[in-house]
Amino acid sequence: MDEKTLIAKRVALELMDGDLVNLGIGLPTLVARYVPAGRHVFFQSENGIIGMSGPITGAENHDLTDAGGSPISALPGAASFDSALSFGLIRGGHLDVTVLGGLQVDREGRLANWMVPGKMVPGMGGAMDLVTGARRVIVAMQHSAKGEAKIVERCALPLTSVRRVDLVVTDLAVIEPTDAGLVLKETAPGVTVEQVLANTGCELIIAPDLRSMPLEG
Amino acid sequence: MKNKLISLEDAVARIPDGSSLLIGGFMAVGGPNRLVDELIRQGKRDLTIIANDTARPNNGLGKLVVEKLVRRVVTSHIGLNPETQKQMIAGAIEVELVPQGTLAERIRAGGVGLGGVLTPTGVGTTVEEGKRTVEIDGATYLLEMPIKADFALVAAKQADLYGNLTYALTARNFNPLMAMAAATVIAEAEDILPVGCIPPDAVMTPSVLVDYIVAATPR
Repeated sequence: MDEKTLIAKRVALELMDGDLVNLGIGLPTLVARYVPAGRHVFFQSENGIIGMSGPITGAENHDLTDAGGSPISALPGAASFDSALSFGLIRGGHLDVTVLGGLQVDREGRLANWMVPGKMVPGMGGAMDLVTGARRVIVAMQHSAKGEAKIVERCALPLTSVRRVDLVVTDLAVIEPTDAGLVLKETAPGVTVEQVLANTGCELIIAPDLRSMPLEG
Repeated sequence: MKNKLISLEDAVARIPDGSSLLIGGFMAVGGPNRLVDELIRQGKRDLTIIANDTARPNNGLGKLVVEKLVRRVVTSHIGLNPETQKQMIAGAIEVELVPQGTLAERIRAGGVGLGGVLTPTGVGTTVEEGKRTVEIDGATYLLEMPIKADFALVAAKQADLYGNLTYALTARNFNPLMAMAAATVIAEAEDILPVGCIPPDAVMTPSVLVDYIVAATPR
């Protein structure tokens, strides 16, 4: 199993029956493939739909796309709406879970994921509203990038929100930000605590009930 | 009543250089792409664009940036149009990045007569810089100002000859908000129908907001 699949499978276990969920572009999009059997999850795309599903080859509709502009389909029971309502759902506390990629997460659980000054200035799109407003924010990312830790004492990159995220799922570990600091809850199959610590740029609290990362619901 | 259905050329000819334009669409989906192409053909320049994103260089309003017709952009995302980033870094184009939900509400506020919007989005980030904050029941909000423009260019699925509009699926996005926030509204519609063909409950933008209608495909 590659690292992205592992992260997506673990994140999918966090989605509960009936949840309204928004998945970011890229790695988070993979999560939809692994929703445990028996759980019906409503996926929102912030460009204005609840009930999105994958594209149907040959039946693409130029008026029906995800937030990246790629074709999707609408499941029976889907609803479409304008951008104010879409972000009203997000900001107004109606969105149960958002899953987003990350560039850095700091010891206080704050996320930076929208720009690298001087290098990459794509704009925040919907990320700031999602992190500010979703009931639960899950960060799905590689634990480190090119040997550099992405979980750090303090984000050097501009923050997406000052709100503490709820869970960080990486290819090495599951980490929960708390009042006391970042708690290491799970290690990926075959990964030791020492390996996690060596790839992390700040202190982690080892959970008393530390376990191996489950991947099936 | 005046006839709102006009030619593409006539519609765009009414837009002076230097105008501010609200342009509907999300990655050019639900964008008035024929009006945009005509802006380029007529060489309108020095434009201020307010739109969700700057699409791609070869797509929708992204082409306006490539053609260097844009002076200033207010948008939430430029990541898929490297030309916008390039011109921004070179100082050739001014870019104001706005969180997407905030952009929607600022436009809505402009259209519905509100003096601003209080949002928690952006508090404590670079988005807060230079803005007033307001405390309400212990929570901090940013005061975000309304947006209005000289023109709104929107894309509809259907228009009747009064100018009542419907939108399809995710092509709706910013269009109905923008149709309220401009001095002059030009709607590009895929289907143009006789009055009475759109049931009242199906109308998403009421006709009184729309000044001109053009056909999305050559007729």
